[in-house]
Amino acid sequence: MTISLTPEQSTPLQPQGWLRYLSFSTDHKVIGLQYLVCGFIFYLIGGALAGAIRTELLTPISDFLPRETYNEVLTLHGTVMIFLWIVPVVNGAFGNYLIPFYVGARDMAFPRLNAVAFWLIPPAGLLLISSYFIASAPQSGWTAYPPLSITTPATGQIIWILSVLLLGGSSIFGGINFIATILKLRRPGLKLMQLPMYCWAMLGTSILVVLSTPVLAGTLVLLSFDIIAHTGFFNPSLGGNAVVYQHLFWFYSHPAVYIMVLPAFGLVSEILPIHCRKPLFGYTTMVYSIMGIVFLGLIVWAHHMFTSGTPPWMRLFFTIATSFIAVPTGIKFFNWLATMWGGRIALNSAMLFSCGFIINFVFGGITGVALAQVPFDIHVHDTYFVVAHFHYIVYGGTVFVIFASIYHWYPKVTGRLLNEDLGRLHFLLTFVGFNLCFAPQHWLGLNGMPRRVAEYDPQFELINQLSSVGALLMAISTLPFLLNVVLSAFNGAPAGDNPWDALTPEWLTSSPPPVENWKGEAPLVTEPYGYGTPAGELPLAATSGPELWKLGNSDQRS
Amino acid sequence: MRIPAAILTLITGMALVLLGLWIGQNINLLPVDASANAPVYDELFKVLFSIGTILFVGIVGLIVYSLVKFRRKPGESGDGEAVEGNLPLEILWTAIPAVVVLFVGIYSYDIYDRMGGMAPLNDHSMHAMGGEMEESRTWGGISPVSLESDAAAAPLPIDVTAMQFAFIFHYPDAEITSGELHVPMGQPVALHMKANDVIHAFWVPEFRLKQDVIPGQPTLLSFTATRPGRYPIVCAELCGPYHGGMRSTVIVDEPETFEAWVNQNSPIANAAPQTPVQS
Ligand code: HEM
Ligand SMILES: [Cu+2]
Ligand SMILES: [Cu+2]
Repeated sequence: MTISLTPEQSTPLQPQGWLRYLSFSTDHKVIGLQYLVCGFIFYLIGGALAGAIRTELLTPISDFLPRETYNEVLTLHGTVMIFLWIVPVVNGAFGNYLIPFYVGARDMAFPRLNAVAFWLIPPAGLLLISSYFIASAPQSGWTAYPPLSITTPATGQIIWILSVLLLGGSSIFGGINFIATILKLRRPGLKLMQLPMYCWAMLGTSILVVLSTPVLAGTLVLLSFDIIAHTGFFNPSLGGNAVVYQHLFWFYSHPAVYIMVLPAFGLVSEILPIHCRKPLFGYTTMVYSIMGIVFLGLIVWAHHMFTSGTPPWMRLFFTIATSFIAVPTGIKFFNWLATMWGGRIALNSAMLFSCGFIINFVFGGITGVALAQVPFDIHVHDTYFVVAHFHYIVYGGTVFVIFASIYHWYPKVTGRLLNEDLGRLHFLLTFVGFNLCFAPQHWLGLNGMPRRVAEYDPQFELINQLSSVGALLMAISTLPFLLNVVLSAFNGAPAGDNPWDALTPEWLTSSPPPVENWKGEAPLVTEPYGYGTPAGELPLAATSGPELWKLGNSDQRS
Repeated sequence: MRIPAAILTLITGMALVLLGLWIGQNINLLPVDASANAPVYDELFKVLFSIGTILFVGIVGLIVYSLVKFRRKPGESGDGEAVEGNLPLEILWTAIPAVVVLFVGIYSYDIYDRMGGMAPLNDHSMHAMGGEMEESRTWGGISPVSLESDAAAAPLPIDVTAMQFAFIFHYPDAEITSGELHVPMGQPVALHMKANDVIHAFWVPEFRLKQDVIPGQPTLLSFTATRPGRYPIVCAELCGPYHGGMRSTVIVDEPETFEAWVNQNSPIANAAPQTPVQS
């Protein structure tokens, strides 16, 4: 294939200044920020929906929202958070911003496809939200199990399907682009095993996206036929099979959980070495564990279906396959701990959120392995225990990493540092609020509270109120963050080009970077984690990209 | 006097394991157990809780220790030591989780087997139905019946119909239809579950059992209640606006009380065959 780094993107045909963020820009950095800001807006919407859920659950009776509306709210909440916040941000935003830097390219492999992928998201998101105002929003949960999804109001469900199809399309375009960029656009001389870990994470994630998202798309098309054309693929009253839908759905949606978390693993692998001033521990085993997770992630889907009448052998197989995911995942965690061990840890906001991530994810991973055991799962499946499990993973894991990444790369994007005090306050509120909100939900699930209910046994009232207080704290915690991001853009301390003395290629250029990423040649970074003093030598021997290396102001590092 | 680091590590590790075991054994997060397989479940829960506590406290401990010990002091500059990896160590922490996971897997398989989960479908509990279910395919639920060595205690068949938004229980032998489930203590019960509209799930937290009720695919769930009392039946699968209200009660009675209830409610005047006919 021919790859031309076409000159058209540097011509003034594209809007300049802030307007380019609203344009069909093909600059990967602009697209990355578009993903990030767009995703964050949907995060706020999804958060407001979560607030409605937690308000309803303050009392054991259904008194805050009409029952149908409650189901609409919880469906929209799940869909918005997964498809419009986590997946686009952790893949699209950081992937687009960082991957070209990491491979030493001036843009993604297919810049226009990249812009198309982003611009599918806002309309898809608006479409989804608009369903609430047009007719009624979908009511069957983000899983949309038939026959419920066939019998609830059709307009909302069809809009949901269209929206998820668009978002899936966007995700596939992105995945293809990442695979092509990582494999084909590497700067001459840069080997695969020299890439920063985030590239490997995105390669693995994109393989999952490309293999599994089309299955979801096909399934949803069939579901829409069942709804509009009254076919009977999944409709038992027409001879269809409702459980087949679950298999197809989870064939996508279990890999989807790794699509949401593998990039976060990658981002943490970039952040930790820099702030611990040590090389990433165990690069090679990290790469193999990513690929191991990708492989195993494709063959564990039926652990979501242990009570769906699956035969015993199938339950056994999926228990074992699921449990074994803990092994490659564990390797990564021990490697991170070893990276921190003996370092010179700068305990700043990026680092705090990264450590918060490790703690929360370990918790979620442990409950995950428990859930993988059929006899255990049969009791707590579809209860608040599962809700707690995946929020520990998705919020405590991925969202914490998103915040860590924002603290880490904000100086890159703006040339200014975020305020550390506000950052620490943000971390404290988020960490306490999050654990207060979700830890008690484990107990609720074990003791008999199912998920997706607007009313519950009065004995659970107190614990639910505790959980709602946690949710309130989480809502409050976004205020110092937003304040920080806005104020620091104008008044933040100038960061210099490389405030963290980092060695990965995105820091070996100016902050913010020029349109084509580097003024001259892209640097050849063969040791992205070359930190650490080999006893007696000068620190930070600039082994990579020396011609672009500018020492940052080390006194601004906290 | 300095205690060597290796010994300190060993002692910390042992303290950690003891702490984990103690927490797992002594902190009870579960509701009362009321079925034959609930204590088996609780045993598994305790083991998982112990292992989980050890891992979690250990890892959090390591992080907090690192953050305190290796934190950059004010005015300090420079890097840590350039350690890029350590193969034996990496092999060790691949092997340990692998062994733990393998152990957990085998152990939970054993638990599952003791609960009767591995019993082949259409086992004797099915034949007890006089083979009538033979052609309509029943999809496996968990069927702890097979663990009853007492062959005389044949399971009591009950038909369950789930619909938006209620469970209906029908006792085919006594011809009773009820909105609440009455079961005798100590006798196996086999629920034959059907859904009319959408998927529901039959869950009794005190029994630690759950089974989806799927339209078009009858499912089987059997259990033996062991503790008299009233326990909630909860629908656990989103089934529509009133899903949260789709609850009922299971009443576990002493055998005599159950018999009395059957006699009182059965339209079949004198006969009260609460023990089904053997096949
Ligand atoms: C890697 C990040 C992970 C994410 C993002 C994640 C996410 C999720 C989500 C969203 C669900 C609920 C699905 C639903 O019912 O709607 C779930 C359930 C489950 N997760 Fe995870 N999980 C992760 C890690 C793990 C791990 C490490 C394990 C086990 C080794 C695990 C095992 C399970 C199991 C068995 C269930 C099914 C529980 C049930 O529905 O009864 N998960 N997970
Ligand atoms: Cu899964
Ligand atoms: Cu229900």
